[in-house]
Amino acid sequence: MRIVVLVKPVPDTTGTERLGDDLRLDRASSPPIVNPNDEYAVEQALRLVEAHGGEITLLTMAPAGATETMRKALAMGAHGGVLVSDDALAGACALSTARVLAAALATLEFDLVLCGIASSDGGGGVVASGVATLCGLPYLSYAGSVEVTDDRVRIHRLHATGYMVLEAPLPALVVVTQIAVGEPRYASLKGIMAARSRVIRSLSLADLGLDPAAVGGAAASTRVLGVRPPAVRGATRVVRGSAADAAREIVDFLDERRFI
Amino acid sequence: MAGAIWSVGEVADGAATRLSTEAATVARRLAEASGRESAAVLVAADPAGPAAELAGYIPRVITVVSHLADERPPAAVAAARIAALARVEEPAYIVIGATPDGRDLAGCLAVMLGVGVLANAIAVGWDADAGPVVEESVLGGRILTSSAFSADRGIVLLTPNVIAAEAAGTPGRVEAVAVDDVADLPAVAVLDRVAAAAAAAPIEEARVVVAGGRGVGSPAGFAIVSELADLLGGAVGATRAAVDAGWIDYSQQIGQTGKTVRPALYLALGISGAIQHKVGMQAAETIVAVNRDPDAPLAEYADLYVVGDLFEVGPAVAAEIRGRRG
Ligand SMILES: Cc1cc2nc3c(=O)[nH]c(=O)nc-3n(C[C@H](O)[C@H](O)[C@H](O)COP(=O)(O)OP(=O)(O)OC[C@H]3O[C@@H](n4cnc5c(N)ncnc54)[C@H](O)[C@@H]3O)c2cc1C
Ligand SMILES: Nc1ncnc2c1ncn2[C@@H]1O[C@H](COP(=O)(O)O)[C@@H](O)[C@H]1O
Repeated sequence: MRIVVLVKPVPDTTGTERLGDDLRLDRASSPPIVNPNDEYAVEQALRLVEAHGGEITLLTMAPAGATETMRKALAMGAHGGVLVSDDALAGACALSTARVLAAALATLEFDLVLCGIASSDGGGGVVASGVATLCGLPYLSYAGSVEVTDDRVRIHRLHATGYMVLEAPLPALVVVTQIAVGEPRYASLKGIMAARSRVIRSLSLADLGLDPAAVGGAAASTRVLGVRPPAVRGATRVVRGSAADAAREIVDFLDERRFI
Repeated sequence: MAGAIWSVGEVADGAATRLSTEAATVARRLAEASGRESAAVLVAADPAGPAAELAGYIPRVITVVSHLADERPPAAVAAARIAALARVEEPAYIVIGATPDGRDLAGCLAVMLGVGVLANAIAVGWDADAGPVVEESVLGGRILTSSAFSADRGIVLLTPNVIAAEAAGTPGRVEAVAVDDVADLPAVAVLDRVAAAAAAAPIEEARVVVAGGRGVGSPAGFAIVSELADLLGGAVGATRAAVDAGWIDYSQQIGQTGKTVRPALYLALGISGAIQHKVGMQAAETIVAVNRDPDAPLAEYADLYVVGDLFEVGPAVAAEIRGRRG
């Protein structure tokens, strides 16, 4: 089974990064990581290939330096990668991203495409359904489990009060949630070594036959007008002491605010 | 009605969701501010009831009856029909609630109509030059950006619970429309619908949310979280750590990859308050936290921060509430 996983390099927002005075991310303070939600998709791909055999190709649209980040996902066990990179793509919007990834997918052979549920840097979880629509692929999202039989994929699509069982013929595009496979594996030392020699093929917009004026930053469908830090909440009252004292304080506080 | 502002209605249990009334309110206000028309679009097998509800918020409700709805995932059915309708009526902007179905729909519609998407909207205003100005929470809530569309068309994905739905002065009219030229997306079959073992109380609409994190330690540890939720008339929420550990359902996860809640009271037990969790609950009116670490991130933004063991403080709070109520 040939699986393509869409992975996006994102700034690490788990705590070490800083914002510069201009409120832009100080990139030096945080080397990019694989979008955490996409690691779940890589993990899902690895499980499927372990069960059915096959190969995993990572597909990324990002600046040229993203090969470093892609190697982190290759180290988990993926077999190769395709990086779409072009100076004209700086500032590309979600619509352009979907168009570029769809064009890149059209050059690949695959049975299944897996995506993460959203980019952690502000993505809206919209690229995957856009790509599926452009490629004419059956789209199965919000998967709490993924099962592949000969030529079909079946998922449990989670929703608030349970799940739906969805099925479609391959090739198809599936969006994987964090609970489909649980925590993604850590790269082993062997995996890290192996990742160094995996091939990451680079494609430009010209290679894909796309017009930089139509899909790049110049054609962005949205633009940022301004940035500001979020509002800070009021002062915090800190309570220490015995459990019984603390409980009285909490209940007094809740009572003042009419929750008791 | 070229240039109009639309919202999209979503139905759950036969009724319009609260988020669809919030989206309708946003669409109506944008239309009022810009002197345009507004409408809510609803694609459903049985739209009459929810359409009547939505008409309380917006001057026009366009319903598309779709019998496909039960055999396919909702977003695919809605996308093909809304796109067909939009090609005829040419609305300028479409406001969609940021649910899983709403996000799927937004991605499909964006490429079908060739328009941009502003996602994670936490406030939407109108500017005479720029059109809708959308405030978004990005980088896991670390900064807020305000953005606009480059062209005079676009899709806004509205975060739940950031805008209070407000009924219109006069109710709108409901109009059933037949759509032709529907280019259906590749078929995905719904083989079955399974209800969760015991559907937990929905957290998005709860006035009180009592949430547990890794500190709760086990599924059994959630007993104290549930007990306090029951006593306070609230719903049980959780962090991603607790969900990943399998202690509680994904449907209860709050945060960047879970739900956004805006309760009057948020009581956090054994939760550090990482930024990805914070973005889902920071709009709560009152935040109370119990954590044995005096320096967890929540200590910086809770209203009341109790340094202590949740397995001692939690039961003591339950006992205290019971004692006062007699
Ligand atoms: C892209 C991305 C998306 C994410 N999305 C989400 C999301 O949607 N929601 C979310 O919640 N997280 C999300 N996370 C994860 C987030 O970064 C944190 O890891 C997570 O919120 C931590 O959960 P926690 O507070 O339960 O666990 P911890 O951070 O481990 O905190 C547990 C706390 O419990 C306290 N504690 C332990 N034992 C006790 C006790 N007996 N009594 C009192 N206190 C105790 C500890 O002092 C500690 O502060 C996301 C991360 C990434 C990278
Ligand atoms: N630039 C990109 N390169 C590769 N995959 C991407 C890119 N942007 C988005 N994706 C995929 O689409 C999913 C949803 O992204 P988003 O719509 O940005 O939230 C992500 O989890 C990725 O799987």
